[in-house]
Amino acid sequence: MAEDDFLTIELVSPLEFAKKKIASLQEYSLLAAQSVANLFRRPLYVADTVQQADLIGFGSLPIVLASVFFTGAALALNSATTLSRFGAETVVGQLVSVGIVRELGPVLAGLVVAGRNASGMASELGSMIVTEQIDAMRALGTDPTKKLVTPRVVATVVMLFFLTILGDFMGLLGGSFVASLLLGLDSHEYWSNAWQTLVYSDVFMGLSKPLVFGFIVATVGCYYGLSTKGGTQGVGRSTTEAVVAAMILIIVVDVFVTRFLMVVLGS
Amino acid sequence: MATPSLPAEAPLATGQSGANDVIAFEDVSIAFEDKAVLEGISFRLPRGETKALFGVAGSGKSTVLKLALGLLKPDSGRIRVLGQDISGMSEEELFELRSKVGIVFQESALFDSLTVRENVAFRLTEEGDISEDEIEKRVREALSFVELKHTVDLYPAELSGGMRRRVAIARAIITQPEVLLYDSPTGGLDPVTSTTIVELLVKQRDVSKTSSLLVTHRLQDAFIMATHYFDRQTNQMQLLPKGARGEVPMSFLILRDGKILFDGDAHQLAQTRDEYIREYIS
Repeated sequence: MAEDDFLTIELVSPLEFAKKKIASLQEYSLLAAQSVANLFRRPLYVADTVQQADLIGFGSLPIVLASVFFTGAALALNSATTLSRFGAETVVGQLVSVGIVRELGPVLAGLVVAGRNASGMASELGSMIVTEQIDAMRALGTDPTKKLVTPRVVATVVMLFFLTILGDFMGLLGGSFVASLLLGLDSHEYWSNAWQTLVYSDVFMGLSKPLVFGFIVATVGCYYGLSTKGGTQGVGRSTTEAVVAAMILIIVVDVFVTRFLMVVLGS
Repeated sequence: MATPSLPAEAPLATGQSGANDVIAFEDVSIAFEDKAVLEGISFRLPRGETKALFGVAGSGKSTVLKLALGLLKPDSGRIRVLGQDISGMSEEELFELRSKVGIVFQESALFDSLTVRENVAFRLTEEGDISEDEIEKRVREALSFVELKHTVDLYPAELSGGMRRRVAIARAIITQPEVLLYDSPTGGLDPVTSTTIVELLVKQRDVSKTSSLLVTHRLQDAFIMATHYFDRQTNQMQLLPKGARGEVPMSFLILRDGKILFDGDAHQLAQTRDEYIREYIS
């Protein structure tokens, strides 16, 4: 490659750029819709789904639990500092509980799973694209979206749901350690405050979000993997783009889902 | 191995479209990002014939195979495979047709997370209604054909390049397809391994009489195929007697800059006066 090639920047007109982005969005939407539609078409690839659930769920378990545990602990520390100004340190449990269950548990679990699995999916499917394994699969009469995408989507949605439940518990546990060991609060009071403050809408909101985030992680990871172009360099690019896109989407969609559920649940 | 000279046999009847064609391209064009790869190409592969497709790198050879399998859609023109127009077929409709067509990809394209057994059995397993015993029997038959029975539990990464190609051939032939497409099956292999692969292609051609489209940039592969036959008694490839024609007709197609430069049999190729072709085959 000539040295000049490294300095060459391809100029694209805004219209062309917009067209490409819209085409990408259309392709992503089609893939996402197809991954759901495949649930109603045979074969269902149960074994592949279970395998993915193992990779995604159990593989992500330690990092999700650790992230939410320490976030719960940090949340307890920070909220105690503010609450002590009003002499209300005893309600730390309530703040940690609502913060973790409604917001931080699902978002953190989603971000961690996105970092670990959207990249994994993009690189795995991207490698299959550049080595013609996806073409081979189609040539052998198998729909790659059915065999590769749908099992990953189902596995991620289901496992992120359960990871969030476990993560929420660990977040509360992290808060409990800080409350009892550093702040000298009564552990029983912390847990009863944390438990009693939760209402149906908090739990519903906290457990609805991982379903959406899981769908985003898997479809974005698979989309970038299947759109890989340009050999091994392209695989690296797809992997990075998948993680960035999945994380940004989770953070942005979280706002809309929160607002939507607040309106629906009236909370 | 030295390139064998072309057999100067009587010409085959090529060029006329018919119901007996397994593959027929009619004025097919395709471009990638405004770069024309194929421009209005037309050719046909009659049933039972082997056609070798030549061209320099980037001339669109592999694209022809992907179009024939419906993995790519042409921008214009019509493609008929086994009597069906595939140009407007949906992916779901193509899956049915693809069960009758086998393909060996350029770099084998074996599934690296599956064993050789699982790779070869992939199509049968996906069909879902074949017993495990039947699958195992057919896998062993296909692997026996390519003389790789002992690799059944290995992963592709544990095989040499030549072995991977042979497994890819076993995967392509396990369902006894009506048409076989080979995408540079000897590309990147050493001369000895290449000859082993060509011998397998000759064996498949002469034993099963499957129609084939062979993409290659190595003329000598096609010339070996045109000048040899598979002797079932010695289980070896043998040179055809001078002037004799093989049981399966063989023709040649040369692509240049996305267009067909030559389409004919060995006799016509030997007689051509086109300077580019003469230089190419010399």
